[in-house]
Formats: sequence, C-alpha cells, structure tokens
Amino acid sequence: MRTDPVVLTVAFGYLALLFVIAAWGDRRAEQGRSVIGSPTVYALSIAVYCTAWTFYGSVGRAAESGPSFLVIYLGPTLAMLMAPFMIRKMVRIASTQRITSIADFISARYGKSSSLGALVALIALIGITPYIALQLKAITLSHAVLVNYPDAAEFRLADESFWVDKSFWVALVLAVFIILFGTRHLDASERHEGMVAAIAFESLVKLVAFLTVGVFVVFVMFNGPFDLFSQVAESPRLVGALGLDAVPGGATGWVGTLVLAFLAFLTLPRQFQVLVVENVDERHLKRASWLFPLYLVAINLFVIPIAMAGMLLPVGNSDPDSFVLTLPLSAGLEGIPLLVFIGGLSAATGMVIVETIALSTMVSNQLVMPLLLRSKRLQLSSQGELAGWLLGIRRVAIVLILLLGYLYHALIGDSYSLVTIGLVSFAAAAQFAPALLIGMYWRGATRVGASLGLIAGFFIWVYTLLLPGFAQSGWLTPAFVEQGLWGMAWLRPYALFGLEGWDIYSHSLLWSLLANVGILVGVSLFTRQSPLEQTQAALFTNAMNPELQHTSLWRGQTTRGELQSLLSRYLGANATARILADQKSNRDNSDPAPPAMIARAEQALSGALGSASARVLINSVVRGEALDLESILSILDTTSQTLEYNRRLEQKSNELAKIGEELRAANERLRELDRLKDEFVAMVSHELRTPLTSIRAFAEILRDGKDLPEDKRIHFLEVVVLESQRLSRLIEEILDLARLESGRLTLTPQKLDLVALTQHSVDAVHRLQEDRGVTLQVDIDVDEAPVIGDPDRLEQVIINLLDNAGKFADDDDPRVRLYLTQHKQHYRLSVEDNGPGIAPVERERVFEKFHQIKRLSSSAGKAKGRPRGSGLGLPISRGIVAHLGGRLWVEDAPQLQGACLIMELPQAPE
Amino acid sequence: MAKVLVVDDEPNIVLSIEFLMQQAGFDVVTAEDGESALESVAETPPDLILLDISLPGISGFDVLEQLRNDPRHARLPIIMLTAHGREVEKEKGLALGADEYVTKPFSTQALVEKVKSLLVEDA
Repeated sequence: MRTDPVVLTVAFGYLALLFVIAAWGDRRAEQGRSVIGSPTVYALSIAVYCTAWTFYGSVGRAAESGPSFLVIYLGPTLAMLMAPFMIRKMVRIASTQRITSIADFISARYGKSSSLGALVALIALIGITPYIALQLKAITLSHAVLVNYPDAAEFRLADESFWVDKSFWVALVLAVFIILFGTRHLDASERHEGMVAAIAFESLVKLVAFLTVGVFVVFVMFNGPFDLFSQVAESPRLVGALGLDAVPGGATGWVGTLVLAFLAFLTLPRQFQVLVVENVDERHLKRASWLFPLYLVAINLFVIPIAMAGMLLPVGNSDPDSFVLTLPLSAGLEGIPLLVFIGGLSAATGMVIVETIALSTMVSNQLVMPLLLRSKRLQLSSQGELAGWLLGIRRVAIVLILLLGYLYHALIGDSYSLVTIGLVSFAAAAQFAPALLIGMYWRGATRVGASLGLIAGFFIWVYTLLLPGFAQSGWLTPAFVEQGLWGMAWLRPYALFGLEGWDIYSHSLLWSLLANVGILVGVSLFTRQSPLEQTQAALFTNAMNPELQHTSLWRGQTTRGELQSLLSRYLGANATARILADQKSNRDNSDPAPPAMIARAEQALSGALGSASARVLINSVVRGEALDLESILSILDTTSQTLEYNRRLEQKSNELAKIGEELRAANERLRELDRLKDEFVAMVSHELRTPLTSIRAFAEILRDGKDLPEDKRIHFLEVVVLESQRLSRLIEEILDLARLESGRLTLTPQKLDLVALTQHSVDAVHRLQEDRGVTLQVDIDVDEAPVIGDPDRLEQVIINLLDNAGKFADDDDPRVRLYLTQHKQHYRLSVEDNGPGIAPVERERVFEKFHQIKRLSSSAGKAKGRPRGSGLGLPISRGIVAHLGGRLWVEDAPQLQGACLIMELPQAPE
Repeated sequence: MAKVLVVDDEPNIVLSIEFLMQQAGFDVVTAEDGESALESVAETPPDLILLDISLPGISGFDVLEQLRNDPRHARLPIIMLTAHGREVEKEKGLALGADEYVTKPFSTQALVEKVKSLLVEDA
C-alpha cells in the first residue's frame, strides 16, 4: 500500500478532487451563488497560514526547543484580534481601490507608483521563493519517508539529476494545476472563488489528518496523555528539551518571533491574498477573528505530545520534522500514514497554490506589464486584443516561480530545517509592514521614504539572513559569517554592530525594521508628495470615511468609444459590456464619457492590471486635468475638520449653548437699552425745548417791542426768569437720573431721625403750598424714626412727594395730607391728595421717565399757578429710596380719596 | 379781522404766541388740548390754526387728521408746532396735510411771516 504507484495515485486523486472543488466554486460564482459567502469558509481559507511547515515543522521545532513554536501562532491570533480596526481598513481600501496584491496595495498608496510596486514584487519573489522551496521539500521528503520507511529516511536531492528528482516533477505538476485553476479567466476584481473554496477544503483535510495522528499517538500508542507525560517526566533529557528555557534567544527570541509572526501574517503575499483580496464581505472578519485562532489551537493541540512520543519511542534515526509520519509508520500502520501524507500534501499545496497565484499576479501586474506598457519598441498599448497576453504572462510567471522554488530547494534547501526556512521568508515579508501599516495611518508617508526604507530593510535582511544561509550551504565562504565582511567584527551578519546573544531572526528583524521604519519616517519628513500621491494617501488614511465611497475622482475628457475600445483590448468584449452595461445604450460612441464611467473603467483595469498600469492606460485616452484633485482634497479636509470640530463641539456644547443663551439675552438687553436711550434723548430734547421756546419768544418780543407797556415788560421778564429756572431744574434732574442709573450717584448715608427730617421738609414747602391755596395736614404718630439715609436727598424726595400731591389735588379745594407711621421694622411716610387718583394700570408707569399723567381736568394745576413737572421727579425719588434700601409706591388714598404715595425705609439698627 | 386758533398746553408758550398774533393784528382764540381745540373749531371756525403736536389727551396729529377729514376744514391753513425736531414727524405732519411745520424754539418774526403769508394766500 506504500508503493509508489499507490501513493502517486492517491496524491493525483487528491489534486483532481481539489480541481473539481475549485471548478465547482468558480461555476457557482459565475451563477451568482457564491459558495464562499460564509465567514467560516473565510476563516478556513485564512488557515492557509498553516503550511507544511506547521504540519511537519511544528513537531520538529517542539522537539528542538519546546513550546516556542506556539509564538508563531500567537502573532496571527493577536493580528486577528485587531481585525476590526486594522484588517477591516485594509479590506475596505482593497475593495474600493480594486487592489490585486500587497504590491498593488503599497504601489497604490504611494501614488500608484509602478517602481514601488515593482520593488515590492521583486522582494516578495526573492523572499518567498525559499518558502515555496520548503513546501516542495516537504512534499518530496514526506513522500520519500512514506515509501522508503524504514530505510533511507535521509534523502539527498542534490546528488541526482533534476529529471530523476521528484520535487522537480512535483513543481511542474503543481504549476500545471495552478495554471488550470488560477488563471482560467481574468476577473476585474482579481478574486478566485474556486481557489478559495479549494483552500478552505484543504484546511479541513490537514486539520483532520493532524488530529487523527495526534489521537492515535496519545491514545493508542500511549494510554492517554497522563501515561505519555509520566513517561516523559522519567527522562531528564526530555524534560530539559521541552522546557520553556529551551527557546533560542531567550526572552528576546519570544518577543522577536511574536512580532515577526504578527507582521508576516499581514504581509505574506498569500495571507494578504486570502485575508484582503479574496474577502467578499467585511463582516466575515467578525467570526473569523475568533474562529481562526480556534483553528490554530486545534491544529497545535497535539504538537507537543507527538514530539514527546517521537523522542521516547524508537522510530528510527528520523528527523523530528517527520515524526508525524514516522510514528504511525513505526506502529506498523498503513492507512494513517497515507492520510498524514495527504494532510501534509494539502498543507503544502494550499500554500503553494495561493502563494504562486499571488506572486504571479504581482509579477505580471507590477513587473512585466509596466515594462511592456512603457516599451516604445513593443507599442503594446496600441495593439489589439491583449486580454490573452495578460493570461499568458501570468502562466509563464507561475511556471517560473515554481522553477525558482525548485532551484532554491535543489541548491540550498537541505541546509535548513523547515522552521528556519519559514522564518527567513517571514522576515522578508515583514519588510512590507512599515510601508503598508504606516501608510494606512500616516498621511505624510511619501513614496521616496517608503521605497528607500524598503530597500534598506531588504538589504539588511539579505545580509543577515539570506547570505549566511547561502554560506551554510557552501555557496559562499562562511568566513564573513564568522569574522564579518572584510574581517570587520561589527559587520558579522549574526551580530551586527556588536549585538550578540540574540537569535538570528530577532536580530535581523530588529535591524531591518529599525532601518526600514527610520528611513521611511525620516525621509518622508523631508520629501514632498506628488498630487496623485497626496490624493491616494488621503484616500487610504481616510478609507473608513463613508463620504469617499461615492466620489467621482475624474474630470478629464474622453469619449465612450475610446474607453470601450481600451477596456475590450484588456478585458475582452464580454467583460467590457458588463462594466459599461448600466450606461444608457442609446448614446453615441463619440459622446463624452461621464466621470463615473471613467472611474469605473479605471477600477476595472486596476482589478486586472494593478493600479499603476491602469492609471497609465487611462491617462493614454483621457485628456485634460485627469484627476479632480482639489475637490477630493477639499472633501477630505472638510470632513476631517468637521469630525474634529464636531468632537470639540460635543465637548463644549453645553457651555456654548449657555454662552449663546447669555449672549442672546445680553443682546436683547442692549437692544432694549439702546431703544430706551434713543427715547430718553428724544424726551430730554423735547423737555429742554419747551422752556427754551418761551424764553426765546419772550426775549425776542422784548427785543423788538421798544414801546411795550411797563407791566407787560415786567411780566414777560418774569416768565423768562421762571422758565430759565425750570430749565436749570430740569438739567439738574436729568443729571441726577443719569447718576442714579449709572450708579454714580454719591449718597452720604448716615443715621438720622425721619421725624425731624420730615418736619424740616414740611417747613420748607408749607408756605409755598399755602400760597397756592393747598391745605397741608401733617400727622406724625411716632416720636422718633431712626433710619439710615442721605438727609439732603431724602428731603428732596419728601418735597417732591408734597409738590406732586399739591399738583394733583382737587382744583377747588386742594388738600394734601402727610403722615408718618411705624410698620414692623420699617417707617412709612405717606403723602395723599384729594385729586382724581391714579388708575391701577398707571401706578407703575408714573415711575417711568418723562411719564406724565393725563390730567382729567384741562385746567388742573393751572388755575392756581402750580408749576408743571418734568416727569422725572418720581423716577428720581424711587431711585434714591431704592439706593437706601427702601421702597416707593402708589396706593389709593385712605382718607382723601385721591392718590397716595408711600415711601418705606428700614429702621436703622440700634 | 382774521382769527387765529393757538393750541398748546404750555401756558407761557400760548401767552407769547397770543401776544405776537395780537400785535400782528389778528384775533386770537386759545385751546390747551386737542378736544377743546376741535370744540372751538366747531363753534367758531378760525382762519388759521397753530397746532402743537404733544398735547394731553388726543395729539396734534389726531386733531389735524380729523380736521382734514372734514370737507369744511380741508383747506384750513394749519401750522404744526413741535418740540420734537425729528424728520419723521415733520414728514408725517406734512403728509397728513399740514401747511407748515415749525420747530420749537422758533423765531418769532419767522412765525409771524408764515402766518401772514398763509392768510394772504387763503384770501
């Protein structure tokens, strides 16, 4: 059953099954019933991370250095936990920009630069080839072990010619297989649904195979895990080997490997392919972010038990990398080893398939197409049907990549263990991380910075990992590894700048990333971005901004016909018709193409050729200002500013609302004050003009009337004097009022007796009132009324009250009564008259400036020559009383039936 | 002899105008508010009115409006007197049909000239 024909038949049968699954997946996709529209399939496809290196190598590494192999799976777990932030953004960018590979992604970010894209593709090709070699080695090695066991487990490839070397044929078979289902058609989105379905299936197969071996070893060859562990515990040699202290490089080794695995998980071309390019729905990330780590746990569950068992039992002088296979073989089984071989085969082929497709896409889109498009001699861009060309280039690339892998495997593959080769590739892929991740979050990263950083990181990787590997294989003299280049100790590849005691991967990663990031950031700070670069940088860093999804970026001009012929040359007639299908068909081909249509055409071309080449092609048919740069940047600027502003607004909204309210109120108050001021000025001028009118009129009469009778002359002169006095009084009152309102009225409050003050005031006006015929009655019920007040001002108030009362008292028998009473802790001075009284609605208005009560009787106050008031006396009086802490108001007169004004002042403290 | 009605609530201003008008040879009737002015006009229509705007009760504008609405007094010469010097009020007065608008304090000579010219026109 372990004969070559049987094994080969099973292997080919398995490949055929894969092909069927892939074909089925593709057909379903064409019918619009995708089989990969499930987060589980997505998570399983990501498990292409577990290659033959995991399948065979984990056990090998566990046997050599304990549980340190787990760090390689901790990195991706960490990355998946961050999926909602980081990977989601990558997926969003890739889908809006129609990204086809990691090289395309980085090229697009830095202004669709074809040189940067080519650089990434080249580094990927060099860095990943060993990894492909590793898979070929695993397949041939496992085949050899399976067929030859228990003899000749060691297998020297380089000793034989390549046509008898099985791995050469494995490479060729895989090449044919990949061409068959990887390049069947050129999809605008560069998605391979059939391939993803097949890869997900392979992930299941390898998991099942590994779990089967694990269960067999632990429960059949041993009596469960306790039996196994107790046997290990009895062997001091094994206890040491499997301890945590066996990690190469110690703590730095753990951290270094963790970072390495974390970065590589995102930047390995095949991981980028399944994680980002083949993602059909952003929401799948959610389930994948825990399902994939779970898968990793499952597939690593039996690694240590198998390694322990392999070291305990006599399985021949086999390499620990083959324990998975040799353990069941040593138990004399036939079926399980075959299943393990298939599992290993699926792990290896899965990786090779995805990696090769990803690399061939890069080679064709980033390396070959740009060269062909630029080459003047070929004039490819003006030739006819080119869709076939593209596929041809990809197919040739696939064959070349696999042959390169074989070459590496044949030349130096044997000098490294599986794990070692894998980590070398990881370190190469990790060089993409700075340009990728920093570019996604820092808008200022420039193309020059990214390119130089990448080149620096790559050269350090070559010097510290790749060349020493060549040296170990004998292709270079090992002297420079031991003594440094040209004998300079600080240039030793494993101890650069004297950094010793680190494991070679952490050491290489540290220096390469340090140079890479340092140059990227440093150079970016001193270089400028082209307009296209600025736009792309803005689009990438703001990818999660929903406003950008629907922006038309083109405003150049071309016709539908030109666009159509361009698309059909590269994508074929059917695809072109589909892409332009939703446009109105009744348009003429010479009509100008709308911006949205140009944008869609560029996206479609990007999906097939990569963004850089697509841009070159679109530029060849579009005239004028191709890109509406200003509007894009303004959208971005305004939206980011708006977001920032909103955040700040939110923080301060309450405060601002309050300030706004206060401002509104203040404004209202100012308006009102302004209106009052205007009114006041108008009234003042009116009040001043009235006495002035009399003064001027009589002065002129006196001037012109030389022969005026003496009595008239004296009368008129008296009027002039009286009106002048009125004018002075008015001015005095206006000034008082102004002082009161501005708070500058100077009062000199002192303790005084209101009884005495009232008597004094009454004496001052008594004769005047009597002269005018007013009867004044004074009733003071208290002996003493101590209050705090300014005596002059208070007297002014009392006289004003008495004057007012006299003015409004009855014409025929004017009577005024003043009385002083105590009211709790206050004294009340009331002045009432027997006039018409004040209507309740008027009672507050009498305290308004210039308010004059309508006299009911037209002759009021005139008959007895009583002077008219200015309308300022009461407002001033109220102001003074209020300043002294008292009140002044109007009531009905209790005795005389007219109005009663009451002044209330607080009793002064003892 | 032409009769002039003086309407103002300031006794001294009425006194001065009364003297000026009599000196110029006119009969003078006085009123100190709008109501009594209208009553006076109804009783014995004057040949000219000197009408203050700020009056107790109804204003000078009200009096002017009522008189102009009455066809009998539509062409009665009316001079508005006011201590408000605002353009708006002047316009309002003229719009309501006042013949002249005099701001206080006024020139006595100018006032007498205006009254004389209006009365000549009227005659």
